[in-house]
Amino acid sequence: MTCSCCSDNRPNLLETYPEKRQKLDEYISKLDLGDDMERRKGFLIGCLHEAQHIFGYLPREVQELVGKRLRLQQSDVYGVISFYSFFTDQPVGKYKINVCTGTACFVRGADKILEEFKSKLGLEEGQSSADLKFTLTSIRCVGACSLAPVVMVNDRVYGNVTAKMVPEIIKNCE
Amino acid sequence: MLINNPEQLSALTLDLKKKADKAAKIQILVSMGTCGIAAGATPVFEAFKKEVSRRGNNDMKVLSVGCVGLCHSEPTVEILNVETGKSTIFGNVKPDQAAAILDGKGEQIKKSWYFPEDEKNPGDCLQARIVLRNSGRIDPESIDDYFLRGGYQAMAKVLTSMKPAEVVDMVTVSGLRGRGGGGFPTGKKWSIAAAQTSEEKYLICNADEGDPGAFMDRAVMEGDPHALLEAMVIAGYAIGARHGIIYVRAEYPLAVKRLQLAMDQAREYGLIGKNIFASGFDFDLNIKYGAGAFVCGEETALIRSISGMRGMPIYKPPFPAIAGLWAKPTIVNNVETFANIPAIIRKGAAWFKTIGTAGSPGTKVFSITGKVNKVGLIEVPMGTTLRNIIFGLGEGIRNGRKFKAVQTGGPSGGCIAEKSLDTPIDYDTLKALGSMMGSGGMIVMDEDDCMVDVAKFFVQFTMDESCGKCTPCRVGGRQMFGLLQKITSGDGTLEDLDTIKDLAHAVKTASLCGLGMTAPNPVLATMACFPEEYRAHIVDRKCPAGKCTNLISYVIDPEKCTGCTLCARKCPVGCISGKVKEKHVIDQNKCIHCGACYEACRFSAISKQ
Repeated sequence: MTCSCCSDNRPNLLETYPEKRQKLDEYISKLDLGDDMERRKGFLIGCLHEAQHIFGYLPREVQELVGKRLRLQQSDVYGVISFYSFFTDQPVGKYKINVCTGTACFVRGADKILEEFKSKLGLEEGQSSADLKFTLTSIRCVGACSLAPVVMVNDRVYGNVTAKMVPEIIKNCE
Repeated sequence: MLINNPEQLSALTLDLKKKADKAAKIQILVSMGTCGIAAGATPVFEAFKKEVSRRGNNDMKVLSVGCVGLCHSEPTVEILNVETGKSTIFGNVKPDQAAAILDGKGEQIKKSWYFPEDEKNPGDCLQARIVLRNSGRIDPESIDDYFLRGGYQAMAKVLTSMKPAEVVDMVTVSGLRGRGGGGFPTGKKWSIAAAQTSEEKYLICNADEGDPGAFMDRAVMEGDPHALLEAMVIAGYAIGARHGIIYVRAEYPLAVKRLQLAMDQAREYGLIGKNIFASGFDFDLNIKYGAGAFVCGEETALIRSISGMRGMPIYKPPFPAIAGLWAKPTIVNNVETFANIPAIIRKGAAWFKTIGTAGSPGTKVFSITGKVNKVGLIEVPMGTTLRNIIFGLGEGIRNGRKFKAVQTGGPSGGCIAEKSLDTPIDYDTLKALGSMMGSGGMIVMDEDDCMVDVAKFFVQFTMDESCGKCTPCRVGGRQMFGLLQKITSGDGTLEDLDTIKDLAHAVKTASLCGLGMTAPNPVLATMACFPEEYRAHIVDRKCPAGKCTNLISYVIDPEKCTGCTLCARKCPVGCISGKVKEKHVIDQNKCIHCGACYEACRFSAISKQ
């Protein structure tokens, strides 16, 4: 994983959105952290969920803030973010297109759907478009196996998707 | 209002029953789990509410309920007459059908597919509901509905009339085994933790349902959240834990919402919290989110995830029951395991043992998906045959294709071929077949599915999800994947099969946790059941199922080709030649096997070979 935050001229999220920073600060202030370092770590994943919910992703300055407030090593914070697929340190597009590649979707042709999205959007798996409109990812089983193959765009679920429906799904994002 | 003793609970329940008797006689139950909603249940629910209020009929009440398992016909609406118990279920309901359905007109679902536990089995129904008994019957957001179905009675009995050791004994005698996949006897696990003298113990519910194709835990949490809470209080009392944690997938927002609501309601009545039923027992619960790591289904990895670390398993022993979360005795049980507990307490261990097989009493929830006609969530007694499940409840294979295999146990399991379909399934028989129970996902495959490709799919899954801690799993998985990729691209040799076997043996024996130890299962099982398919890929350079793109060639049948030019226009590399109304030909040297022509042809003139 490359570090994008030091090399580009991306604005610092904490400075750009002071109200979001305040929201995260307030969330952490309410936690009963205590003095035991091991047990303080137990709050880390919850804080990161909250932070990603507020900011959309977890750039370096947000990671640092969480680490500082929980009095944890920066490596502990980054170690958790890089381990769990739910967390991302890259900006995410407005429309997050998730193609389910669970087993039921796989046997019903999810690979073809993914290929179609890749070619129509010109993106590889895990990439976002330059204008941050789309992010294309494959996810593991959303549990809607009866509707396989399934595509989720943000919270909207499309079931029994065929390659022919792909342009329509992209158009619905306009 | 606090409920301080069983008498108050009974009085409250009786009171609710009296009120219910005066209330609506006809219940309109709209199945609104995640997949019901995805299939369009919300506008259906609104349409029924509107229609009922338009009719001004006070005898009718519209309820939003959890999953009934009829995934193949979502959205479903059940019309239930509470007095007579008569029920009719309608499938594939559209909002504009509300009026017609209230008049009894619509696509009805056969009774043999679904019936709840408290009704008489119509005789031909293969299902038996313990875990899902309330799902689809009650409004999961109403604690009153749960009380009406005998909710929290088991907990009252345990806290006021049983000693912790008696509870552990009862669960031990019932023979309940862990429904998360391993099948470890639940009572035995509890007794280890109960024997620890530590003041601080933890009870964890593993709701990080990660097996692709399995969604029974979600159905329980979305359809009957109080049952899980009740079971956890009982288990906490039995082992002496006062802290409960539900570790749930972040991908299940509706389940979390309903659990949170259920916890708030239970707290208000004092059913969780301090001094429950004035018994002196305190128990509180909180929810922790997973963050998308399959390996966190393994209990030591799960505990590390709760501790805020990377979810990497650690060596056992010490087992979590002795030293788990914060190095304190910890029990981790799966959602479905817990959901059995209230029924066992209420009806007794002997009753539970009458269901299922001697070695695996009770029922198991399976999600049948894939190429089967009726996709759904079913609960059957252990010992039901796969044939009954796939061809009975599942009504056979879609589009009249031929059955090939069924995959059980997710990425840790194996494929079972036609010849073993009549085996009564439980933990032990599945293991003997080279597969495993797993969490209950069952993916049916037909003749169009390539078993080498399926094995590759699962190996890729475990390769991606390997935490990377131990070498056999991290490196061995990648090597197996590479070899399978070689075979599916047509470059495999027969020696590769021996190498895969050697690797599989090493990964199985030397990996640290269950993920690695079972990762080779899908390859070994397919190699054992379908050796001819592997040989066809290697020796004949053919994929019999026509799935592996490098090994198929598309050929135009000159008899059927009408010369419409459609295929030539669709071909992305321009390898199809031919003029209008003349026979077309594919240049095999240029063809990239994308299948665009095959899908485009309207005269079935193009075949895969």
